[in-house]
Amino acid sequence: MQETWAAIALYFENHTDAYFAMLRQHIGISLRVLFLAVLIGVSMGILCVVFKKQQKYVVGLFQILRIVPSLAVLVLSIRFLGIGMGPAVTALVFLAVPPILMNTVAGLEEVPFFMLETSHAMGMTPFQVWVQVRLPLALPLMLAGIKTAMVEIVASATIAALIGAGGLGQIIFQGLSVRRTDLLLIGGVSVAILALLMAFLIDLLERWSLKHKYA
Amino acid sequence: MEFFDFAQRNSSLLIRALNEHLQMVLIALALSVLLAGALTVVAMFFRRAGKILNYVFSIVYSIPSIALFALMIPVMGLGRTTAITVLVFYNQFILLRNFITGLSEVDPAIVEASTGMGMTRTQVIFTVRVPLSLKAIFVGIRLALVSTISIAVIAAFIGAGGIGLLVTIGLETGNNNRVLWGVVLSAGLTIITNAILVFIEKRVAFTK
Amino acid sequence: MGENTTTAIEYQNVYKRFKDADYYAVNNVDLTINEGEFITILGSSGSGKTTLLKMTNRLYDPDSGSITLFGENIQQADVVQVRRKIGYVIQQVGLLPHMTIARNIGIVPRLLKWDKERIDARARELLALVGLEPDTFIKRYPSQLSGGQQQRVGLARALAVDPKVMLLDEPFGAIDAINRLNLQDELKRLHGGLKKTFLFVTHDINEALKLGTRVIVMNNGQVCQFDTPANIVRNPADGFVESLIHSCREQEKLWEGLA
Repeated sequence: MQETWAAIALYFENHTDAYFAMLRQHIGISLRVLFLAVLIGVSMGILCVVFKKQQKYVVGLFQILRIVPSLAVLVLSIRFLGIGMGPAVTALVFLAVPPILMNTVAGLEEVPFFMLETSHAMGMTPFQVWVQVRLPLALPLMLAGIKTAMVEIVASATIAALIGAGGLGQIIFQGLSVRRTDLLLIGGVSVAILALLMAFLIDLLERWSLKHKYA
Repeated sequence: MEFFDFAQRNSSLLIRALNEHLQMVLIALALSVLLAGALTVVAMFFRRAGKILNYVFSIVYSIPSIALFALMIPVMGLGRTTAITVLVFYNQFILLRNFITGLSEVDPAIVEASTGMGMTRTQVIFTVRVPLSLKAIFVGIRLALVSTISIAVIAAFIGAGGIGLLVTIGLETGNNNRVLWGVVLSAGLTIITNAILVFIEKRVAFTK
Repeated sequence: MGENTTTAIEYQNVYKRFKDADYYAVNNVDLTINEGEFITILGSSGSGKTTLLKMTNRLYDPDSGSITLFGENIQQADVVQVRRKIGYVIQQVGLLPHMTIARNIGIVPRLLKWDKERIDARARELLALVGLEPDTFIKRYPSQLSGGQQQRVGLARALAVDPKVMLLDEPFGAIDAINRLNLQDELKRLHGGLKKTFLFVTHDINEALKLGTRVIVMNNGQVCQFDTPANIVRNPADGFVESLIHSCREQEKLWEGLA
């Protein structure tokens, strides 16, 4: 046990810069993927609600994509897109879009019809009803989907180290291949804390968006 | 097609991977359901305990699997036992959420009537609440099963074998076909399992 | 009716059939409503009363016939402009849960780009008008209010930009009996002071007769009778109206028997 602590201390002494570089990489790729996934997931969710007839197929497709093992998606992206940052980001976006898309659809559909109708009756234009009523009321569920996506992104970004995405996953995989407990602990704890922290931050946003329910 | 030739030449390899995977998944699922069932009963008697359990397991569930696997190695070593332990932990969040909500949402009038007839709390749980929430219980088990199949793929990195091993060894040795078969089997297994269970869910009337 | 009455709303041969329905929800309705009247529309569910109301602010459009608002055919006017001139109150209230009471009341004024001070002053004025203490309520969220209080805010919101016409679709339908009586009295008082035209849909005959200066009785999409409450009770126009009055009288007997 004492040996392990000493090894961990030594690692941070000798690899401080490398560690923080990997942390930055991990956060960087995660936020980039989150941004893209929110953009795609939310706009596709809105389109699904507008074009009701096609919604079934799109949501069904993403439901399947949601249960495909993340390792399979990551590996497939190597096959078709090669190794590196670009393929990794693409694969992660694929994994992150489904929860956002599905929660956006659920949130938008949950807004009661009478609330939309009264908003129209007050003289809001269709655009104003979307911006002032429908989207804000769907926000809590959308954020819940974004939180699920965030956890998925941090997790899959760890494995994406295998396909050249860098990040903290490198420490874990190195630890696995050379059987070093200190590396496993450093990598595992770092990734776990990062995931929980990100989820916590989005949780705060979610609570803020629900303030009218608790106020 | 080279891809299919590979399967023909290595059919025993693929079958073994699938077999190992299913074994690991089913053992993990069985243990998960037993543990979650016991915890649910505890939660039905002590509401606070239910809330605490839900909170703790929601945190566990947010930890990326590869990180949790890495953290368990120093404690339990490499191999299938470690993998199954981690899988059981992950499942508790999914199962408890579905079990507890299902059991709590049984029509209070029925519960009251049963209590009024002189049933004890335990009798109400097993003869009223459980039979009336079979659907929620089934949905929970389906979600847990699909998630277990998926996470078990990653368990190959800690020496648990299974379908994931096709991918990891394939990546190491540059064997494209092996990797692709890993992908196809893992994706196929989750999709088909889910489809079958959804089909059953829709066909079976859960309350008599 | 005085001699200088202005026509507020006119329905001419209005028909409406919904998609996939084999009957007319509104069947040849022909009505003239004067400015300042408090019209109640009485009917059971499926009578077409709500459909008629919703065609007045173009939530639905008629299949044929025309509806004019102060002489302007609403079919030819801009739909958003028409709606901003009409207050609308429904049973579910429809306050936006993510906005405070002040912001809810200010929705239409903001759409019309009023400045902040004016909106704030108007919100306070309206809260006082509907019997809610402005300082207490202005910063609250709808979820913190009782059903009756929410409906008062709903009224205030509909009155925000001083519309000439108010449409009310069973606004007190979900409110308990005692509060409903209070709200009815206050609505009547409000109407008296405001000189607006009210169209009030209800399935409660007592409510219809109590509030209306004139009452429209509807059945199966058609208007059975359009008259003052007294004339409706004294001279029911057809068997349907008669049976309504009769059922009401039966209830009265029950009360007399108990007293």
